Amino acid sequence: MPGEARRGLSRQVVEEISSLKNEPKWMRDYRLKSFAYFTEKEIPDWGPDLSKVDFNDICYYLKPLDKEKRDWNEVPEKIKKTFEVLGIPQAERDYLAGVKAQYDSEVAYSSLQKEAEEEGVIFLSMDQALKKYPSLVQEHFGKLIPFSDNKFSALNSAVWSGGSFVYIPKGVKVKRPLQAYFRLNARNMGQFERTLIIADENSFAHYIEGCTAPVYSADSLHAAVVEVYVKKNARLRYTTIQNWSGDVYNLVTKRAGVEENGVMEWVDGNLGSRVTMKYPSCYLIGKGARGEMLSLSYAGENQNQDAGAKMVHLAPNTSSIIVSKSVSQKGGVSSYRGLVEMSPIAYNSKSHVECDALILDSKSFSNTYPVMRNNNNTSYIEHEASVSKVSDEKIFYLMSRGLSKSEAMGLIVSGFIEPIIKDLSMEYAVELNNLINMEMEGSVG
Amino acid sequence: MLKVKELSVEIENNLILNNINLEIPDGEIHVLMGKNGSGKSTLAQTIMGNPMCKISSGEIYFKGKNISDLNTENRAKQGIFLSFQNPIEIPGVNIFGYLRTIYNQTHENKLSPVKFREHTKKYLEMLDLKDDIYNRFLNEGFSGGEKKKLELLQCLVLEPRLIILDEIDSGLDVEALKIIGEVLNRIENTTILIITHYARILKYLSPSRVHIMSEGTIIKSGDINLIDQIEEKGFK
Repeated sequence: MPGEARRGLSRQVVEEISSLKNEPKWMRDYRLKSFAYFTEKEIPDWGPDLSKVDFNDICYYLKPLDKEKRDWNEVPEKIKKTFEVLGIPQAERDYLAGVKAQYDSEVAYSSLQKEAEEEGVIFLSMDQALKKYPSLVQEHFGKLIPFSDNKFSALNSAVWSGGSFVYIPKGVKVKRPLQAYFRLNARNMGQFERTLIIADENSFAHYIEGCTAPVYSADSLHAAVVEVYVKKNARLRYTTIQNWSGDVYNLVTKRAGVEENGVMEWVDGNLGSRVTMKYPSCYLIGKGARGEMLSLSYAGENQNQDAGAKMVHLAPNTSSIIVSKSVSQKGGVSSYRGLVEMSPIAYNSKSHVECDALILDSKSFSNTYPVMRNNNNTSYIEHEASVSKVSDEKIFYLMSRGLSKSEAMGLIVSGFIEPIIKDLSMEYAVELNNLINMEMEGSVG
Repeated sequence: MLKVKELSVEIENNLILNNINLEIPDGEIHVLMGKNGSGKSTLAQTIMGNPMCKISSGEIYFKGKNISDLNTENRAKQGIFLSFQNPIEIPGVNIFGYLRTIYNQTHENKLSPVKFREHTKKYLEMLDLKDDIYNRFLNEGFSGGEKKKLELLQCLVLEPRLIILDEIDSGLDVEALKIIGEVLNRIENTTILIITHYARILKYLSPSRVHIMSEGTIIKSGDINLIDQIEEKGFK
């Protein structure tokens, strides 16, 4: 029945999603295999508590006709305030808050992308790509992240909808960042988006997803899968800034396969959500491949940010860097969870891991769970970790220059995350700083 | 301008200041001298409102008003400035943005980045600083002399009515000392309290009064001649 969002998951729902989308048989079969695996697989027995996720109370697919309109009055005050702070235009506010079903900027945006398209860049929603480039999709889909990777990749593989497909042809350097946020309408903004990026040999692109504005979602589960292929000598940067509303479980699997002398850079900013579990990874499969991860997370009241990275070195002369910065406040929990592994043939490889945590009050927590495995004797892994508190001394110094306590805290936090912020575009940097200042307000008595 | 009346202060339940009386009239320069640990810095920090320093009795008046219960932010906004003996490093905080923030927080007339750069040009010249200092982070990786210059730069930006200089002259080479002395000499309409061990900064300034502190209390006050006595006999 149109307008009714159906809740719950069964084999029938999965079949229905596939047939509504008119998908090829292989995708339908893939979804069903994934679903079977999902039902068998237990929830992870490590990490944050996921026992409250109710898989039967989630809407897995909405037909494009379904109108999930919400009254502006139902949008929580905090979300509205954040829109104010960020200066989001009303049209976008409606969309982000789910008041309006469609955000109509696709036309305006596609002209910006024209240049890239002329060079053969493909940038489509995943659903469209499956129709237009079925063999390219089939060749890569689920190959880096098989459905059996974990329970949530299985769930995504069963019910995915939306997300982006990007192909950068050989030798093409895309100057302007490809931004997913503008392309998405409320439907495929969805909970289970699937993104596939292929950066062919010698190419470069910067892909940006998400936005600093809070995404107010009706459903409490977000389980995305992102697969990135970085071919020989290619470089891909993937920036995510997400600010989910406080009730969301954000469980995302992201992985890149990096070939000879390729470079993969993940920049990942996590704000909001109840629980985030996200460990973007790089499989360095070609000689000289390089992986980078810049991770920033903020855990506030009732939030658990469990984030990190995995760097798996599978070839000689590979290198990786992980820089993780986390801030915890008002009882929030931030954890760094990471893996660096040197395979027996990854000779002369190196990895540097740096995780810094800032704790703003005595109610909040920071944890570090690093795993390092070095299976050859010509490689090395460095790990540095620090936990700091905002000292009274710093606060007093800044207040003595006429700043309020919360302004002082805001400055200290902004300074702490500066090494990550400086790698973001100007507008993101400004918005993130504004968000942090907002979080600091009312945080001090 | 400033009046400290029968002030006693505790830090972590230890009595550090005991019944201090100090009055600095508008526009005068006073010097506070004394050995390490005599309580000079605690007095400065208490006037600035450091929550660590608990007033157990007495009051602090600024421009005729009792400010004993005012927090640090508001004391600064009223026009009190404390130059720290050991300025605090705040990593990642860009100096230009920071200076403009503190200026705009304390002035009615807010300045754009361009205007603020123009406004502060003369200050940089006075302190013999290059504007690449603006791209650095607050006190991070600064030498002792650079930190003290940056304290004074903040002071010039804020245009306070009362300046408390806690050992502005320690760790400075002769050249930097001269620059800082001259800058202080050029600041007009300000009342200054200089805390120091040495007389060497005083050759640039003409203090009206000198106070000697010992064991948390002011044991002697007098005119500039008191300094010569100290030079000869030490703090007695």
